[in-house]
Amino acid sequence: MVDTLKHAAVSAADTIHVPAAHVAAEHAEKFEFSHLLAHMQNSKTLEFPGGHIDLPQFPPIHLGSVTIDLSMSKHVFFLLLSALFVAVFAIYAANRNRKNIIPKGIGNLFEIFIVFIRDEVALPNMGPGGLKYLPFLLTLFFFILIMNLLGLIPYGATSTANISVTAALAFVAFIMIQAVAIREQGVAHYLAHLTGGVHWSMWPIMIPVEILGLFTKPFALCIRLFANMNGGHIVLLALIGLVLLFRSVIVAPLSVVFSVGVLMLELFVAFLQAYIFVMLTSLFMGFGMQSEHTEEDAEHSHS
Amino acid sequence: MFDINPGLMVWTVITFVVLVIALSKYAWKPLLKSLRDREDSIRQALDQAEKARAEAAELLKQNEQNLVKAEEEYQKIIREGKTFAEKLKEEVVAKAHQQAQREIQRAKEEIQRDVDAAKQQLRSEVADLAVLAAGKILDETLDARKHKKIVDSFLNQLPNS
Repeated sequence: MVDTLKHAAVSAADTIHVPAAHVAAEHAEKFEFSHLLAHMQNSKTLEFPGGHIDLPQFPPIHLGSVTIDLSMSKHVFFLLLSALFVAVFAIYAANRNRKNIIPKGIGNLFEIFIVFIRDEVALPNMGPGGLKYLPFLLTLFFFILIMNLLGLIPYGATSTANISVTAALAFVAFIMIQAVAIREQGVAHYLAHLTGGVHWSMWPIMIPVEILGLFTKPFALCIRLFANMNGGHIVLLALIGLVLLFRSVIVAPLSVVFSVGVLMLELFVAFLQAYIFVMLTSLFMGFGMQSEHTEEDAEHSHS
Repeated sequence: MFDINPGLMVWTVITFVVLVIALSKYAWKPLLKSLRDREDSIRQALDQAEKARAEAAELLKQNEQNLVKAEEEYQKIIREGKTFAEKLKEEVVAKAHQQAQREIQRAKEEIQRDVDAAKQQLRSEVADLAVLAAGKILDETLDARKHKKIVDSFLNQLPNS
């Protein structure tokens, strides 16, 4: 992994053009594939058409045994870029919608998603009381969506294909789910719920299980988003890699056709995963907002 | 690929938290507000339209009722007019009939009177004529028997009336 990172300076597009004659065939193949894979990795350089720039590096901060490296990297850059995009477009849309009674253009586009998140995600999962958490869900949705989509444009990178990013998002979701549960039920009720409502003699078994249950939900969120965003890319790279593997132009048309198909699928998956992440988060938040009885029902009906 | 980079996590969390705070205030609040406002106004407009429709229907019903009433009234008026005209006609005819009867009666009476007068006159004239005739006969041959015979036969020749 670290080795591939070091080779990541060249983009996949460049890689295909690397003349294979210069190096030994076996080595070249390895070299090119590692470059293809490196395309998905985080890196310290930012590529753009016609060159690349080295991102600013900061000395890592040591916090006890944890080393926090706040240096800019490709994924940090696209993370911030997504945030900027979301902020600019959302605020622009908000201003436009304030002026236009009938929304149009980007204001309309935003509203479609907002209405969807509100009516299809927040209201069914959390009820009318969940509307106050709508800004959180909307931000989560658009942030993830733009990060997913930025990976599909050339020279872009999918920040959500990095497990650190999805872990952090899942962490935020986890904090939010617990905070909502505590806020809506009260601490006593929240703790009582950790016992699973069984006889006290079962508590030594029940409490660890329930606590584990608290963590599995965001863990699943984290892995799901990460794996989905990686999966499409890996398939794409594998299809392009076929050309390199066979060292033949004949394979290229097939590869391209399949790549286009997979890319379309990825476009769909980008939306789908953003939706699923937000939907599940709101669902888990909704569990914390309901009374115990209905919560059990909801969990049963959903599993 | 699976190694966690704490720095990136910190970046993500900070970015996300800042984004939530900033967008809640500057984007989602106005967006949701304009959405809610529009939904309210649409709902209101629909309610108003529904109310207006109900009012229009009510008016239509009223109009129809009025129309029916007017129709009835006009039928009644026509009926009344007809009966009145009928009655008037009968009255007029009856009066005319009476009048005619009276006229006829009077004419008859007058005729009767004239006839009576004429008879009377005739009788007196006949008597005169008889006397005259008797005188003439007496001038020629006065014979009592003959005389009487003449007078009788004369009288017999007269019409009975």
